[in-house]
Amino acid sequence: MTVEKTEELIMNMGPQHPSMHGLFRMVVHVEGETITKIIPKMGYLHRGMEKLAESRTYSQFIPYTDRLDYLASPHNNWGYVQTVEKLMGVEVPERAEYLRVIFGELARIASHQVFIASTALDLAGWTLWSYAFRDRERILDMYEMTAGNRMTVNIMRIGGMLAEPPEEFWTALKSFLDDTPEMLEEYYGMFFGNEIAQGRLKNVGILTKELAENLSITGPVLRASGVDYDVRKAEPYSIYDRFDFKVPVLTGCDSYDRTIIRMDEIVESIKIIKQAIRDIPGGPIMAKVPKVIKPPVGEVYHRVENPKGELGFYIKSDGTTKPSRVRIRPATFINIQMLPIVAKGLKIQDIVAIFATLDAVLGEVDK
Amino acid sequence: METLYNLFETLNNLFLIIAAFIRGLFADPQSVWANLTMDVIGFIIVVVIIVLAALILILLERKVAGWTSQRPGPNRLGPRGWFQTIADALKLIGKEDVTPAGADKLIFKIAPMMIFCIPMMTLAVIPFGKGLAPANLDLGIFYFVAMSSISTVAFLMAGWGSNNKYSLLGGMRAVAQMVSYEIPLLFSLLGVVMITQSFNLGVIVEAQATIPFIVLQPLAFVIFVIAGMAELNRAPFDLVEADQEVVAGPFTEYTGLRWGLFFLGEYGNMTALSALGATVFLGGWQGPAFLPGYVWFFMKVGVFVFFMMWARWTFPRIRIDHLMHLAWKVLLPLAILNILLTGLGIYIYGFVMGG
Repeated sequence: MTVEKTEELIMNMGPQHPSMHGLFRMVVHVEGETITKIIPKMGYLHRGMEKLAESRTYSQFIPYTDRLDYLASPHNNWGYVQTVEKLMGVEVPERAEYLRVIFGELARIASHQVFIASTALDLAGWTLWSYAFRDRERILDMYEMTAGNRMTVNIMRIGGMLAEPPEEFWTALKSFLDDTPEMLEEYYGMFFGNEIAQGRLKNVGILTKELAENLSITGPVLRASGVDYDVRKAEPYSIYDRFDFKVPVLTGCDSYDRTIIRMDEIVESIKIIKQAIRDIPGGPIMAKVPKVIKPPVGEVYHRVENPKGELGFYIKSDGTTKPSRVRIRPATFINIQMLPIVAKGLKIQDIVAIFATLDAVLGEVDK
Repeated sequence: METLYNLFETLNNLFLIIAAFIRGLFADPQSVWANLTMDVIGFIIVVVIIVLAALILILLERKVAGWTSQRPGPNRLGPRGWFQTIADALKLIGKEDVTPAGADKLIFKIAPMMIFCIPMMTLAVIPFGKGLAPANLDLGIFYFVAMSSISTVAFLMAGWGSNNKYSLLGGMRAVAQMVSYEIPLLFSLLGVVMITQSFNLGVIVEAQATIPFIVLQPLAFVIFVIAGMAELNRAPFDLVEADQEVVAGPFTEYTGLRWGLFFLGEYGNMTALSALGATVFLGGWQGPAFLPGYVWFFMKVGVFVFFMMWARWTFPRIRIDHLMHLAWKVLLPLAILNILLTGLGIYIYGFVMGG
C-alpha cells in the first residue's frame, strides 16, 4: 500500500511582493497554508557598497552610508565617522558629541516608528500606518531644518557635525518630546492592544535565547529573547556612559515582545534626548581635521547600536586618501538568518508577521 | 394637515403608484405580459441600485479610510472628490483586458460575471419599501442564503482559472472561509424565522412594526454581523484578498473591467447583506412616519455599511486558524444556543399568554 501525498506548492514571495520590505525574496514551500521550508534569497538591492568605498575618499563615503539603513541614516553616518575618527585619533568636540546623540536617538525613534507602522500594515492594520508616519514626519522635519535632507540626511562629518541646528529645531524637538507619551499610547491603543493583533503576534516565531545567541542576532530582536546586550551599555561609545537610561529586555521571545520592546526603546530614547538637551554645552561642532583626510596605516573595527542591531565598520587604511578595504557588519542581514529556522511549520500569515518584526531594511541587508 | 398627510402617503407609495400606472397601460393588468414587464423593470432597478451603490460606496470607503487615518481621502475631482469613482470606472473601462497565457480561459472569464450576478439575484427578494419587493418569495431568507453561497464557487473559479499560485491559495481560503461562516450566518437568522414563523422577508418586516428584532435577538444580531463580514470577505476577515500574503488573491490576474466587475460584485454583495441585516434585524422599511419607508430602509442599510467600513479600517487581519476557531467553536455554538433560547422564549411566552 502506498501513501498518497499531495504535492508541495512552491511559492515565491518577493522580490516584488506587497509584504516584503524592499527587494527581498523568499521561496516558500507550503503544504496548504503550512510552511514546510523557506529559502531566503537576497541580493536584489546589492550595490557593492564595500567595493565602492575603495574608490572613494574617506569623506566621500559618508553619503553612501546613508543608503545602508535608510530609515536611520544618522546612525550609519555615526558608525562610519567614528570608525575613521578612531583610526585617525581625532578628538570630537563635546557639543558635536551631544548633537550626535540627539540625532542618533531621534533616528532610533523614527526607525521604530516606521517599524510600528509597517508591522501594523503587514497585519492589515492600515490605520496605524498613517498615524505612525504622521508622527515620524516631525522628526524628518527636524532633519530637514538642520541638514536640508529628510531621509538620507548625511548629517555627520569626520570630526564633528555638518551644521549647527537652527533655533526652531530646539522648539520642534521639545514639542515632539512632550507629545511622544501620547503617541505611544495611541499606537498601543489603536493596534497592539487589539486582541486580533495580539493573536497574530503572541507565541508566533519563538526565537529562543540559545538560538538567538548562536545566530549572533543583535538589537531589539535579541533583547526580546531575554539577552541583555546593547552596545551602548556593553561597550559605551561616544558619550553614552554619561546618560542614565535602561536597556529594555523582554523574555517573551515571540513577535509580540519584539514589537513591544521597540515601544519601550522609544521611551528610553526620549529620556536620553532630554538629558542631552539639559547638558549640552556650547562650543564648536567641528574638530580640527585636515582638509585631505589621510589616516595612518592600520586597521580598525568599531561598532554602534543601530536601531536594528549592532552595526559594525571595519576599515583598513594603507595611508592614502582612500580606504584599502571597508567591511560593513549590518544588523538585519544577520538577524534575518533566523527566518528559515523559526518559520518552519507555521502558517503563511505568520511568516509575514515574523518578517515584519525583524524590521529588515534591504538597503542594509544587501549593502 | 390633511394635504400634508396625503402628500406623505403619495410619497410613501410613489413607486407603487408608478407600478400601478404601468400595469394600467396593459389591456389586462394581470396578464402574463404585464407581469413580465414588471419583472423586467424590477430587475433593471436592482441593477441600477447595485451600480449606484458601488459608485457611492467605493467613494465612501475611501473617505472613511481617510477619516480614520487622518487624511482627507479623494478630494480633487468634482465637489469634495465626489466624481472620483466615475473617473476610476472610466479608467478601468479603458484598460486592456489581459487573459494570462496559462489560464483556464472559460472559467477565468465567467468568474467575474458570476460574482456580479449574485447580488442581482439576492437583492431581488429584499423589500425596499412597503410592497416594494421585486420578487416576493415565501422562502426569501432561504433563497437569499442559497444564492449568496454561490459566490464561493465564483471565487474558487477565479482562483483556479487564473493559473496563479497566489490566486489558488486565495481561492482555497475563500472556500474554507465562506463555507464555514455560512452556517452561523444561517443559524443566526433562524431565531427570527422561529418568531415570525415565516421565511418571507415581507412578513418579517411587517412583524417588526412595534419592535425591531435586534431587541429580541441581540445575540443573533452580533453573530449575523460577524459571520456576515466573514461571508463578504471584509476585513478583519479579508484573508481571501489579503495583500500582504496572497497579493490580491483570486483577483491577482484580472485587469480592467473584469477586475472592476469583482469590485461591483463585492460592493453589491455588501449592499445585499446589509439590506438583509436591515430587513431582518433593524425593521426594514418600518420607521417613524415622517419619512417614506424606502428612505428609512436605505438609511438603515447605510448604517450597516458604514459599520462594516469602520471595522475594516480599524481591525487587523485575523489568522486563518483563529478564523476557523471563531466560526466552529464560538459562533456556531452561540448560534445554536440562540435557537434554543428563542425556542424556550417562544414556549414561555405562549405559556404565559395562555396560548
